Amino acid sequence: MTTEHSMTAPRELGKLPFGRAGIWWFLASEIMTFGGLLGAYTLQRISHGGWHAEMQHLNAYIAALNTLFLVTSSLTIVLAHQATERGDRVRARNMLWVTVALGIVFLCNKGVEYSIEFDHGYFPWTSTFWSFYFTMTGLHALHVAGGVVWNTCLAIAASRAIWPKVSHRVEYAGLYWHFVDVVWIFLFPLLYLS
Amino acid sequence: MSMQAHAESPAHHFDHPEPTTFLRKYVFSVDHKVIGKQYLGIGVFMAVAGGLMAYLIRWQLAWPETPVPGFGWVPEPYMYEGAIPPEFYNSMVTMHGTIMVFFAAMPILLGAFGNFLLPIMVGAPDMAFPRLNMMSVWTLGVASLVLIASFFMPGGAAAHGWTGYAPLSAKAAYTGVDWGGTLWILALALEFASFLMGGVNFLVTAINMRAPGMSLMRLPLLVWMQLTAAVLFMLSVGPLVAAAIMLLLDRTLGTGFFLPERGGDPLLWQHLFWFFGHPEVYVILLPGFGIVMEILPVFARKPIFGYRSIVWSTIAAGALSFIVWAHHMFVSGIDARLATPFSITTILISVPFAIIMFAMIATLWGGSIVLTTPMLFALGVIATFLIGGVTGIFLGSAAVDIYLHDTYFVLAHFHYTLFPSVILAGLGGLYFWWPKMTGRMLNETLGKIHFWLTFIAFNCVFLPLFLVGVGGHHRRIYDPYQYDFLKPFQPVHEFATMAAIVLILSQLLLLVNVVMSLMSGEKAPANPWGANTLEWQTDSPPPHGNFKTVPTVYRDPYDYSVPGAALDFLPQTHP
Repeated sequence: MTTEHSMTAPRELGKLPFGRAGIWWFLASEIMTFGGLLGAYTLQRISHGGWHAEMQHLNAYIAALNTLFLVTSSLTIVLAHQATERGDRVRARNMLWVTVALGIVFLCNKGVEYSIEFDHGYFPWTSTFWSFYFTMTGLHALHVAGGVVWNTCLAIAASRAIWPKVSHRVEYAGLYWHFVDVVWIFLFPLLYLS
Repeated sequence: MSMQAHAESPAHHFDHPEPTTFLRKYVFSVDHKVIGKQYLGIGVFMAVAGGLMAYLIRWQLAWPETPVPGFGWVPEPYMYEGAIPPEFYNSMVTMHGTIMVFFAAMPILLGAFGNFLLPIMVGAPDMAFPRLNMMSVWTLGVASLVLIASFFMPGGAAAHGWTGYAPLSAKAAYTGVDWGGTLWILALALEFASFLMGGVNFLVTAINMRAPGMSLMRLPLLVWMQLTAAVLFMLSVGPLVAAAIMLLLDRTLGTGFFLPERGGDPLLWQHLFWFFGHPEVYVILLPGFGIVMEILPVFARKPIFGYRSIVWSTIAAGALSFIVWAHHMFVSGIDARLATPFSITTILISVPFAIIMFAMIATLWGGSIVLTTPMLFALGVIATFLIGGVTGIFLGSAAVDIYLHDTYFVLAHFHYTLFPSVILAGLGGLYFWWPKMTGRMLNETLGKIHFWLTFIAFNCVFLPLFLVGVGGHHRRIYDPYQYDFLKPFQPVHEFATMAAIVLILSQLLLLVNVVMSLMSGEKAPANPWGANTLEWQTDSPPPHGNFKTVPTVYRDPYDYSVPGAALDFLPQTHP
């Protein structure tokens, strides 16, 4: 079987933009990292008694509020992406800044929650439940912080001349931000509600 | 979408001009060919370090607590006038494994051969993300420095074994190594980050940047194997990253994930480590096999036997490798009912590998075999991996493994799988692609002597160790002869150590060969071996951007001795 191609034919680049393909592979490995943590936590929780009692000391109200902020920020980054697609630069920039603000509010809220827990004497080394709680939410918070930095860079770029060259990255930042959101959607019921 | 497509046009990615300054060209290069050589440099440097550690370990096993020749200069408390104390022996065992798997095998097989060959073989001008590629190699450089630095910390380098079993690894007091163990985790984390970035690059390049006509089923098998390895690594390393974070917190923050007295579970580490650890074996093995797959058809002057079967077997072996991990834990106290399913999946994995081995042998059948140096190494891989693979079937069976676990039988088994795929295949690949990498030929006579010395010496080291293992000799014992029943094994250990010294010294022949080639080697033509794949259809070494015009692919990668053709090979670019 031979396919005829002229030597001057343009290079076939596949259907996926490079960045989108790359970010999906990156997210696949991230899923495995959080999957490992969540799986370990779930199995340990099943095989060890008493974690339900410790869980009662978590503040589900702060976490529920945080869920609201994060889910809303997922909406705003979709709106930013939509505005970018339409070429509405100002709206894209504004929506990115709202996303950044919601991410920062989430992190502040998380900080308040941690400090309340420290005040009550619950530290990462208090028991295995608290170790898992602080490790999982801490790693997630680091991912939120990373996303905030990335979104901030994009929001700043939206006011600059470089924008047409980098605006396609809003989609990739959005994919990552959704992933961070989804991780929290798993963490919230597993830690606070179960 | 049209705007996005424009922003990501190939021109946007690859219009970087040819660099002119030394720093841009050789140090901070974004050219995949230079980056491949940088990986090779790091990998070979670390392999030499790991090899010298093997020498120290072997010396201690043959003549315990006697001064090691050539190591009298090492200060206390590492060594005492050349003699190895127990703590340092533990560090050596740990670091030999860590270095060889993560800092030699992966950089050489994936980093060097993958980086140099994958874009050229698919007909691309560079990697999909050239700057990410540079970041990968620099991250590996930092990781290597962190690992080397751990030797100079108070207490020395990590001493908990390359598998880092908890609770031994979870508390500094258990091994007496504080910072060494923490830096070990940090170095591994950086290494993982490096190869995750590299894996993203490999996948996007091979999927998105193939030349016109290069369909998936026309990819050289090395590309398939590199891709499978990249996917395996990306999907398996996550849980170990999670485990590494937990272990780091156990060591530094005082959590108790893996400490039983704190309510933690040491078995959890083993599960997370081996969930990664077994796919990792294939991350190393498959690129090595890929090299053999490229060499065999060229020097048998025959198409590879069963291309599609090999591709599907590779994918099947990769998929199966995710559900075999507990075969490392048959004696760790897992539920006995789990042992049987894991035995079955483990033995099942020998089916795709048997298909691959048979395809290699069938490729040779009736071929016009030319015994060049690369071909000798490729044949050496088949011969030795066969022993490694077959002994793996013994160990996969839980009933047998319970007796053989952690003996020298296991050690001999995995050296018989990893030495062929890393060292023999790596050296074969180096002899094969050296003309393409440097534009100069290597000396064939020296190469053949190098092969025979390496091949014979390797077998002399590890074949006797199977017997020692069946005799009940456990590994990781500092001085075996403190036990009466192990005393009769000393002559075997002495023989293996002498063979190991020959094995290490014979690598000097490669050094001589390489230096001679670089100084006064014969100029390499574009296609010295008469091979079909795209890297041989461009200059040696390939120019910036790899091809003068975009190559168009018309045929399979292994069209050798096609009836009626003028030459006994038809390059992939031949209409």
